[in-house]
Amino acid sequence: MEQPVISLRSATASLGSRPVLRGIDLTVRRGEVVALLGANGSGKSTAVRAIVGQVPLTGGELELFGVPRRRFRQWARVGYVPQRTTAAGGVPATVREVVSAGRLARTRLGPVRKADREAVVRALDLVGMADRLKDSVNALSGGQHQRVLIARALAGEPELLIMDEPMAGVDLASQEVLAKALRAQVDRGATVLLVLHELGPLEPLIDRAVVLRDGCVVHDGPPPEAVGQHALPGHDHVHPHADPAAEPTRTGLLS
Amino acid sequence: MDILDAAFMQRALLAALLVGITAPAIGIYLVQRHQALMGDGIGHVALTGVGLGFLLNTSPVWVAAAVCVGGAVAMELIRSYGKARGDIALAMLFYGGMAGGVMLINLSSSGSNANLVSYLFGSLTTVSRQDIVAICLLAAFVIAATLGLRRQLFAICQDEEFARVTGLPVRLLNLLVAITAALTVTVAMRVVGLLLVSALMVIPVAASQQISRSFATTLALSVTIGVLVTLSGTATSYYVDVPPGATIVLLAIGVFMVLTALAAPLARKRARSTADQERCTLADTADEVEV
Repeated sequence: MEQPVISLRSATASLGSRPVLRGIDLTVRRGEVVALLGANGSGKSTAVRAIVGQVPLTGGELELFGVPRRRFRQWARVGYVPQRTTAAGGVPATVREVVSAGRLARTRLGPVRKADREAVVRALDLVGMADRLKDSVNALSGGQHQRVLIARALAGEPELLIMDEPMAGVDLASQEVLAKALRAQVDRGATVLLVLHELGPLEPLIDRAVVLRDGCVVHDGPPPEAVGQHALPGHDHVHPHADPAAEPTRTGLLS
Repeated sequence: MDILDAAFMQRALLAALLVGITAPAIGIYLVQRHQALMGDGIGHVALTGVGLGFLLNTSPVWVAAAVCVGGAVAMELIRSYGKARGDIALAMLFYGGMAGGVMLINLSSSGSNANLVSYLFGSLTTVSRQDIVAICLLAAFVIAATLGLRRQLFAICQDEEFARVTGLPVRLLNLLVAITAALTVTVAMRVVGLLLVSALMVIPVAASQQISRSFATTLALSVTIGVLVTLSGTATSYYVDVPPGATIVLLAIGVFMVLTALAAPLARKRARSTADQERCTLADTADEVEV
């Protein structure tokens, strides 16, 4: 049997003295798209940050591509989108400069080649931002920042894409562009693990949903009928969406 | 040009040129990760090194370089590990460094308050031949690190967590930034003085980011401004009897104000051209709704 891409067994982790993960199991196989759902504070963000080595595990085992996390060095196979609302730093930077950082997993300390520059343009093209290459990231909207952060992860052409709330604060048009970009990744065989608040436009792409509550897995299987926030106990759901008939007809330019 | 005839002025101008390049070149990374005042902290610690140099009767530049590197590495370790009371630990380091320096200089036989002042505010005309050799070597290292690894340093200062997941040796690169900043402080201390070192790391960067949109332009422009103000400040201090360090910093602030004044009309112009593009998009959307 093929090695799972991510294998997390009885993982525990704490932030300060507070236990955040209390023994979770999570397996992601090649080509799968897995959504990690749960309320704020359920540990979903900590789980992905532990997988990429940003939160130390206090117990349990973690393997990436069949290699124990401690010995794992093939970071070029992983594309990571951290939970951030901005791509900007303290000094101006263009969209191209920020996205090029994603190529460092491959170039490391070496020079930038033509193939690297092309990969950056391709990644920006995937999120519909190729025309903003030379713009300052400070001039972008919230959804565009998120698209830049995702393009940065895609620039390294990863086999495994790990995204922490990529849809937070993203307008509907950007959400649909991202769904399309993600579908392209899945079609070329990428594996995806993403933290979501609700499935939204990504719903048709999700193979499996893992729901966390208080640092434990409470559901692991097909995306539930009502998903994300809606699936959680105590979620008083009032549908804010308009009647589908009232939605403007989409020309397919953005959707 | 009689300014180039005197050997001490040749050394002074060379030192000024190197500071003009190195200070903004490392300063841009500190500004990028919101650590603009780190140079100031290292400057305080450097004083202990200067004092130690006097006490041991060796070159204050090399001893200061060693002590600065130690201090900067300590600051970096406090930043990355001790998150809880990091500010207090840094304060201890700053004031301890300052007090230690004053104490050591007074204890040494060759040291005096006049010496202390020359390091605090710079004393370009007393840059010796040995000093200039040290300054050249240190500056070469700083330039090689900040320009040679600019893409890697950009990545760790822009988004450290992301950079770690790319597999870059982030801890090592962070230490490199700290060490480079420390060496820059020692390069600059004879020119602008320890109390004004940080100004040259921060003000040229702050000035150029008023009008630039990319990191590469900001870097190039900051170094240009740095060289411009250090050379013109040094020349001014030769012809008019004014302290070079203060002149350089005031000139830099002048450039900052001019560029800030230029920034508003420039931003308006850019906003207009973006708005033109957005108008097209809005029209498209309007059509879409009507369909």
